[in-house]
Amino acid sequence: MPKVIFVAQDGTRHSMEADGESLMQVATGNGIDGIIGECGGNCMCATCHVYVAEADLARLPPQSPEEDALLDGTAAERRPNSRLGCQIRMSASLDGLTVFIPERQI
Amino acid sequence: MMTRLEPANVPAVDLDPFSIAFFDDPYPGHTEVRETASVVFLRRYGCYGVGRHAEVRAMLGDWESFGSSRGVGLTDYKVSPPYRGPSLVLETDPPLHTHRRAVLARVLSPGAMKTLRARFAAAAAALVDALVARPDCDGVPCCDGIKDIAEAFPLHVFPDALGMPREGRHQLLPYGNFVFNSMGPRNALLENSLAELVPLAEWVTRQSQRDALRSDGFGAAIHAAADRGKITAEEAPLLVRSLLSAGVDTTVSGLGAALYCLARFPEQWDRLRADPMRARNAFEEAVRFESPVQTFFRTTMKPVTLGGVDIPEGRKILMFLAAANRDPRQWERPDEYDIDRVASGHVGFGGGIHMCVGQLLARLEGEVLLAALASRVARIEIIGIPVRRYNNTLRGLASLPLRLHPVQ
Repeated sequence: MPKVIFVAQDGTRHSMEADGESLMQVATGNGIDGIIGECGGNCMCATCHVYVAEADLARLPPQSPEEDALLDGTAAERRPNSRLGCQIRMSASLDGLTVFIPERQI
Repeated sequence: MMTRLEPANVPAVDLDPFSIAFFDDPYPGHTEVRETASVVFLRRYGCYGVGRHAEVRAMLGDWESFGSSRGVGLTDYKVSPPYRGPSLVLETDPPLHTHRRAVLARVLSPGAMKTLRARFAAAAAALVDALVARPDCDGVPCCDGIKDIAEAFPLHVFPDALGMPREGRHQLLPYGNFVFNSMGPRNALLENSLAELVPLAEWVTRQSQRDALRSDGFGAAIHAAADRGKITAEEAPLLVRSLLSAGVDTTVSGLGAALYCLARFPEQWDRLRADPMRARNAFEEAVRFESPVQTFFRTTMKPVTLGGVDIPEGRKILMFLAAANRDPRQWERPDEYDIDRVASGHVGFGGGIHMCVGQLLARLEGEVLLAALASRVARIEIIGIPVRRYNNTLRGLASLPLRLHPVQ
């Protein structure tokens, strides 16, 4: 099963196996702090913000205009590697993906 | 209304989800819908109904099968026209829906909320300060949790943010009451709302025009989108109308739900007082637990299969959002209000492309209001019998007599 690694603010690494679920679903379903997903994955709230490891950026699906607009309003600073976890669905092609949890979501 | 023969493939139920008896205690009815089958037939209204989380989510997420353009109430607009011009967002499907929704979503975006947060928090603090400085019940401040808090707060901050003048704002409440009654059958609730509609509708139409709105609010931002060609000049006032229709009564019900929960479950209030950062989730969980918006309809746009059941084209299906929000298939301890619960995935704000466009504003209002209360009020005591407000779609109270015991 493909793996995704969430890196918390304090550097703790949480490795999770997932296939078909979004990063937001994986995090909220496994009690990983710092990812909220208030809107339930409808790309409307920007509370599942993650920073993607630079080396993994090219593997990701492109951003929709909606995701791009929401990222402008994230609580933590938007960076070039900012994405919304609800828009990234785990699959074999993303095995080993590493994402960093921002300092805040609200 | 057209009555339909009972389909042979779906169990029929007799309950009336738009009756006063149902509103007084909807939970046995929700259980009946949910536990009878994945899809039931509501004999009284000749439509289908779903109450399980999985089927409700499936419908919300599939606009091509379950459309909104034939109305999100019981009335099929293909058969009979709506009472007012249909909403340009709520009652449309893509492609018409898409660009209009995008304009509202930008106006109410996370970034826009950041600019409002300090102002909303200050307004909440001032409101609660004034309430706890009002010693009029044996020396302890008392108030009506609905009129003095759940209505007063959104009626202040929402029209301000929209750019409306102060005069006449109270009319937003009966107008919203009409909008949400209109999605049910033509019962006494809807008749009463229709009787007062004409002057209210004229007033709302007037408030939606560009020259009625301050230049720095949501309303002006919607009109400005027409200048940039994102929507037409004709669409702009109707999109402002959508915010006026859906932005107040819903929030009043949501804030009232949160107050009612925290007053009924004092251990949860203590949890919130111990960790005021839970305010936002305490509001979210109240939206799941009480479901201020109880139901919406969709219409099948083609023959579909839902929950293993074949349904022909052109049929109304009632989504019991409130039943889905307490479906034991989805939630542990569904009938417990728990501010520490991960409430993400509830359908209290709907879901899919029509999910509440003002959800971030509602959450902001709920968060700052509950945080202001938590830092100033040690205990919320219910000192009279709560009175229910009846509406075909919204669940909430008309009155909640409270004593607010100030922090010493």
